[in-house]
Amino acid sequence: MKTTLSFRDMTRQFAVSLRLLPLTILICSGFYVGIILLVAQGIPYSSSGSLVRAENGNVIGSELIAQQFSRPEYFWPRPSAVSWNAAGAGGSNLSPASLAIRQRTEKLLAELALKKGEKVPADLVTASGSGLDPHLSFAAAKFQVPRVARARGLAIAQVMKLLHSTKIAIPLVNESLVNVLQLNRALDRLQQ
Amino acid sequence: MSLLIVLVLIVPAFLSWPLGRAMTLLIDPRPNSTYGRWTSRIFSKTGGAAAVEEQDWKSYLFSMLIFNLLMFAFVTIVLALQQWLPLNPDGKGALEASLIFNTAASFVTNTNLQHYSGEVSMSYFSQLFGLMWLQFVSAATGIACLAALARALGGRKTVGNFYSDLMRTTLFILLPLALVVAILLLAGGVPMTLDGAVIAHTLEHATQTIARGPVAAMEAIKQLGTNGGGFFGPNSTHPFENPSFFTNIIECISIVLIPMAAVWMFGRITGRMRDAAVIFAVMMSLLLLKGAAALWLEGVPTAAFSGLPVEISSNLEGKELRFGSGAGALWAAVTTATSNGSVNCMHDSLNPLTGLVPLAGMWMNVVFGGVGVGLINMFIFIIVGVFICGMMVGRTPEYFGRKVETREMTLALLALLVHPALILGGTALFAATPAGAATVLNNGAHGFTEILYEFTSAAANNGSGFEGLGDNTVPWNVATGIVMLLARYIPIILPLAIAGSLAAKKPVPETAGTLRTDTLLFTFIIFGSVVFIGALLFLPVAVLGPVADHLAALRD
Repeated sequence: MKTTLSFRDMTRQFAVSLRLLPLTILICSGFYVGIILLVAQGIPYSSSGSLVRAENGNVIGSELIAQQFSRPEYFWPRPSAVSWNAAGAGGSNLSPASLAIRQRTEKLLAELALKKGEKVPADLVTASGSGLDPHLSFAAAKFQVPRVARARGLAIAQVMKLLHSTKIAIPLVNESLVNVLQLNRALDRLQQ
Repeated sequence: MSLLIVLVLIVPAFLSWPLGRAMTLLIDPRPNSTYGRWTSRIFSKTGGAAAVEEQDWKSYLFSMLIFNLLMFAFVTIVLALQQWLPLNPDGKGALEASLIFNTAASFVTNTNLQHYSGEVSMSYFSQLFGLMWLQFVSAATGIACLAALARALGGRKTVGNFYSDLMRTTLFILLPLALVVAILLLAGGVPMTLDGAVIAHTLEHATQTIARGPVAAMEAIKQLGTNGGGFFGPNSTHPFENPSFFTNIIECISIVLIPMAAVWMFGRITGRMRDAAVIFAVMMSLLLLKGAAALWLEGVPTAAFSGLPVEISSNLEGKELRFGSGAGALWAAVTTATSNGSVNCMHDSLNPLTGLVPLAGMWMNVVFGGVGVGLINMFIFIIVGVFICGMMVGRTPEYFGRKVETREMTLALLALLVHPALILGGTALFAATPAGAATVLNNGAHGFTEILYEFTSAAANNGSGFEGLGDNTVPWNVATGIVMLLARYIPIILPLAIAGSLAAKKPVPETAGTLRTDTLLFTFIIFGSVVFIGALLFLPVAVLGPVADHLAALRD
């Protein structure tokens, strides 16, 4: 047992650290990463980012990442504090009691052109944490059905049927969601 | 909602029991076991005799500091040279000097405060060979130091060997767990690729650059090692870090799993399982209280919507929908109870009073806490509790059969005061000068809370943030860098010094007059010393920040 720390002891310790440090790098950053990359080869779709492709193979986006939709014939995603920048994601970081959120909400409400007495689901006027939330609540999608149907010249019932077919349930809590990109692709396919 | 609590808090509590047993066998093998001899032989072959010989606490700490110094040096070099290093498909450029210092300090100290945004600034090489590697070895450092503390308190003359502990923890505890979690996350849809960003042509004929990378590998150890430093800027809110309800549960369980198991490991190594159960009960009840408080406070709708035609809902600003309501608040409680610091919602956008929950967690910093170090912090509160009781009955306090005297109490109080001194001193300085005041996003009390949160997070080695703060400035980088280093090493060194000093004393026999530390009574004493000392030290700033923020919102 070493009870005192002599200079010789210190240099000896230093030498041990110098030898073991590269070993830990090799194991943690080499071996470990290598194994996971290998496993990832088995599921190429999700491990490369769940990319959604058009018939010609071009990448349209990612199933997991929201993209901007602003035309009336598409369902719009939740607001994004980073304008759906998937190379620099982030939230608004505004206090939920702030004037800035109130002003932003008033602007969004004007764009949504509410009918008298109508209320908008909260997720349509709140920015998500990543700014890339790919989902909408079922209620928020349903809220947009009349606009989408009108812009596309479809019956409301037809769009509602499509909406129901893309509904995703969240376990445990009594909520359901829709994936905006999937829903909009399904809409486009409907009219092809 | 209650099922969610069961999933993310109760399930890991059950898993922690067998894991604590396994961790004990793996880090503190019986001298004659095959595993013990076999690993010792490997370590002495690769590292030399000094990698296996028994050390006293001073020598152990010296080894720890030397190894951590080299960790710091290596990661600094990697970050400083990243523009010339491989695995940089998106051509990330050079990093600014103070940011390199801050990031190196942050990851070496297991804090993972991030003043950069991963997908904007870091090459894959920096992420994997710099930051993710540190997420393994900094976590292993904490667990190793806890093992040393436990051996000293268990009455052993030597506290083990730092290198053996570090290697055993990295190779046989963290690595297998990380592999399991990473594969579960892969199955849940987390990407893992060395290809660079992809350019998408959207349905509305715009282009969208989608950053990706080897996320799954980092995500697993980020959670397991109470690191919290994410691959992407917005951490586990990002759909690539946390794509679904399922991955959210896996990640949330991974946050508390090892900190919980560490309590049982402590009990087994010291041979005092009843004491461990007392500590576990205190930590668990504080965690449940925090979780319940956060869930309740965050169920209140966004105040800015009052009078507007918006459906009543829980606060959704800064939240992702796929985790379900309540998941954000619960995670905020868990990630700041342990010193993890990853987020699945934006803490800056929590309701003002909910923001108090993560702050309180980091002020106490013992509700399971960081891997290893959480319990080391708790040890200080226990010593204080023992001391207060000793004073009450007029008897020299004892802990684990050793007398707690002036030297130990001086060190304990010093260790106790480092944390508030760093938080309150730093906050005062930055709130009063443009260095801090000019960098806040929100006005008034909320802006003050942004500064308070940043120093709290740095001092608790947590790493989460009120991210509205523009913190990538030289003053912020330097100040929080220094705070993280002091707040990491002082609270490891002093408790080990106390334990070393206790272990050197003659054991005193337990009598009817001994204050037992494994009883229900003592459970309340620890609970009280944690809550009262935490509350007394931080109540004034809590009122200046979150409480004032809440009251101002009511007035409007």
